[in-house]
Amino acid sequence: MSSSAVATSELALLRAHAGRPWVETLHEWVTTVDHKKLGLMYIGYALLFLLIGGIEAAIIRIQLAIPHNSFVSPQVFNRLFTMHGTTMIFFVAMPILFGFANYLVPLMIGARDMAFPRLNAWSFWTTALGGLTLYFSFVGGDGLYGAGSAPDVGWWAYAPLTSTAFSKGHSTDYWTIALLVSGFGSIGTAINIFTTILCKRCPGMKLGKMPLLAWLNLVMSGMVLLAISPLTAAQIMLMIDRYLGGHFFDTQAGGSAVIWMHFFWVFGHPEVYILIIPGFAFASEIIPVFSRKAIFGYPVMVGASVGIAFLSMSVWAHHLFTIGMPSYSNAFFVLTSMAVGVPTGIKIFNWLGTMWGGKIRFDTAMLFSIGFLVQFLIAGLTGIMLAVAPFDWQLNNSYFVVAHFHYVIVGGLLFTIFAAFYYWYPKMVGRMLGDTLGKWHFWLFLIGFHLTFDFMHVPGVLGMPRRIYTYEPGRGWEIWNLLVTVGAFFQALGVLCFVINLIKSYFRGAPAGNDPWDAWTLEWSTSSPPPAYNFATIPEVKSRRPLWDIKHPEDPDWKYE
Amino acid sequence: MLNSLLNIRAARSVRIIVLFVAGLLWAAVMAWANTGTGPQIPNIFAPESTPAHEIYIVSLFVMGICIAIFVVVFGLLAYSVVKFRRRAGDDHREPPQVYGSNQLELAWTVIPVLIVVVLFLSTARVIHEIQDAPPPARAVRVTVVGHQFWWEFRYPQFGFVTANELHVPVSDTKNPTPTYLTLLSADVNHSFWVPRLAGKTDLIPNRANHMWIEPRETGLYLGQCAQYCGTQHAKMLLRVYVDTTAQFDLWVQKQRLPALRDPSVTEGRRIFDSTACVNCHTVNGTGARGRFGPDLTHLMSRDTLASGAAPNTRSYLRLWIRNPYTIKPGALMPAMNLEDEDLDRVTAYMLTLH
Repeated sequence: MSSSAVATSELALLRAHAGRPWVETLHEWVTTVDHKKLGLMYIGYALLFLLIGGIEAAIIRIQLAIPHNSFVSPQVFNRLFTMHGTTMIFFVAMPILFGFANYLVPLMIGARDMAFPRLNAWSFWTTALGGLTLYFSFVGGDGLYGAGSAPDVGWWAYAPLTSTAFSKGHSTDYWTIALLVSGFGSIGTAINIFTTILCKRCPGMKLGKMPLLAWLNLVMSGMVLLAISPLTAAQIMLMIDRYLGGHFFDTQAGGSAVIWMHFFWVFGHPEVYILIIPGFAFASEIIPVFSRKAIFGYPVMVGASVGIAFLSMSVWAHHLFTIGMPSYSNAFFVLTSMAVGVPTGIKIFNWLGTMWGGKIRFDTAMLFSIGFLVQFLIAGLTGIMLAVAPFDWQLNNSYFVVAHFHYVIVGGLLFTIFAAFYYWYPKMVGRMLGDTLGKWHFWLFLIGFHLTFDFMHVPGVLGMPRRIYTYEPGRGWEIWNLLVTVGAFFQALGVLCFVINLIKSYFRGAPAGNDPWDAWTLEWSTSSPPPAYNFATIPEVKSRRPLWDIKHPEDPDWKYE
Repeated sequence: MLNSLLNIRAARSVRIIVLFVAGLLWAAVMAWANTGTGPQIPNIFAPESTPAHEIYIVSLFVMGICIAIFVVVFGLLAYSVVKFRRRAGDDHREPPQVYGSNQLELAWTVIPVLIVVVLFLSTARVIHEIQDAPPPARAVRVTVVGHQFWWEFRYPQFGFVTANELHVPVSDTKNPTPTYLTLLSADVNHSFWVPRLAGKTDLIPNRANHMWIEPRETGLYLGQCAQYCGTQHAKMLLRVYVDTTAQFDLWVQKQRLPALRDPSVTEGRRIFDSTACVNCHTVNGTGARGRFGPDLTHLMSRDTLASGAAPNTRSYLRLWIRNPYTIKPGALMPAMNLEDEDLDRVTAYMLTLH
């Protein structure tokens, strides 16, 4: 069936749906096992929590704009930073990345759906339940001592602050259970992505011929399978301590606060690589298309990604440089933390090599990708600085670290996520996102990002610790905090433009067609949006860029790979 | 390349970016000039003690390397974005497809590995120098106990306990007298951070950590708790007074004495001794032996109250005793609900504890 014939029949189906009762549509979405619908639900869910987490950040920044401010009480502030961190990592970043993976992986490997569609649905709803549980704490956290509300123990929930002696009521339990439950959702999706990539590739697509997005999601899923269990185990032990008379982390009874730290960071550090690796995936698909060149060094990119995955499992105690480990332990983690920078740098050089000699088009997706490259470079370098343990003895737990990790997650990951939206929204919705609003989004957000997170490094250097609801005047922190807060509002305006663009383009965006970017991977061979069955016939591929081969029969990739 | 930068139409966005970055840098320099220097600024790049100084040196080295890497890579990125952009009269043919280069991959693997080796070795040396330095015999020893939300300082060599404001002698390079700190916690995790004197080390319950400082200049150094410990983590401030040897000896002598016995505040002392105050506080030479809260024997020798949350004046002291939540909501000292006259008497008693 030709692509236009497919599009016409799809349009006919849509027209038939137009008169459907909304209950039927709702039922279809709630019971769906289609990877595309589940992907969109993950993304929509994450966007909602992005707005909530952003409001939490805005309140934090208003409170910190001037010293001795009283915009919120210390109790509320402590809940806000705990919820901001927990929300952004577990209910924004993870779901949005699982959402994109869900949508794109089957399409890009020429499959009709994920390997386990029902597990897919179960995983989404379980993750969603976790987020709702966490936010229910605002109203339901009152426990026996009326000391409840949202958790206020920081997103790492260090022991023994989380014991019943120091955290009364149920606020800590909401943190524990929400993450425990959503952790199962993450494991389910990881199993699904892993199996789908290994078992459901179309004919001709050997592992060495699949898109880098598939490789990177394979690596990410493997890491999820390894990294989530220590957190789950620690959370179960914490519940045993709190309710069943256990003393794992109860230092008053001989338990160990340090053991919680190790369990948490054995999860926590791989977790942040789990977050950034799909960001690398987006960059690896988008930068080649808008440079009009194949990705530079595909085999090395695969090797570096796998190398990062393994090495990142060995660095966790760089979060623990200040807890009093012996000098040789500290030195070991210095070495591994610096070593993981080598494959990461190699990836940056390969993206640069992709752009080199190309014909770069500055569509909004590419603007965000270039922003990612510069910002991720800076973030990696501040990471190398923090890997120098004695330097970390000064900077750990200060605003320098807060600036560093926001540089990675916002300046790195979020920029690639925005790029992914501009790139794949046309495929998902069938309409282009507006270009003018897109440029406003980019420039407003870029200005806000740099105002906030460039200047945020300075209070750290000047001795300002993190997680403080107010600070003393006269320490030189005031002007920097004010600038940081101003930047937050530019970012909010940028995100507002983005949300308006998403909604406006859904109704009035220019029709996208199958392949608006003249790209080369399989998802661009179907209609926009794709039919439920993805491909009328399962494609057969000969190279890493099947559509390049079709568009350039005189110069196909498989001659050179 | 300069020619294309001067081409107004094509390079307008480049010029905007350059202007914006220049604006950011100017703002940064202006703000730094106004606030980054000064004795009360706990600036990690203004070290006044041996460990802080050693950290400063190695940090300059690593920052230099990182800045060099940034300049090179960013320069190449900026160049490629300008040089390889699609031009207006483009013929829409695809550029030559280059799939990789083994030599380049080797080069940009080997060079970073070498940088890592150099950085690791310099770092390992500093770790060893700071962490494994044995205390000399003349070292002053202080045991620091972290509490929610105040600092207990015990001087085992001299037999007294104080709170929140640490006094140490300045160290002479010819006859060094560093101060060695043993770090303990009575409840949750804390962290001792006075940036100009040393990197931070955590206070972890059920674990003894160790650190040392060797201040070279007298003065007051500011810091605060650097590990989130609960509601009032933000106001668990640190003041370290580096005294001359003579000043330090005098201070120690006074701290060793029991509480001054002023007959004009007998009534206030009676109220203090017979209510819940003695459950938490110690006043040496009286019956008050509580250990949950700070030792008050020499309260008036301190400049601040509540671990730096308020100046140590009569009105703040009275306010604190009346209701700590007005100064530090979430502090573990409850409001004592004293009648006004009793409150005045207890405050008067506290004011005699020099």
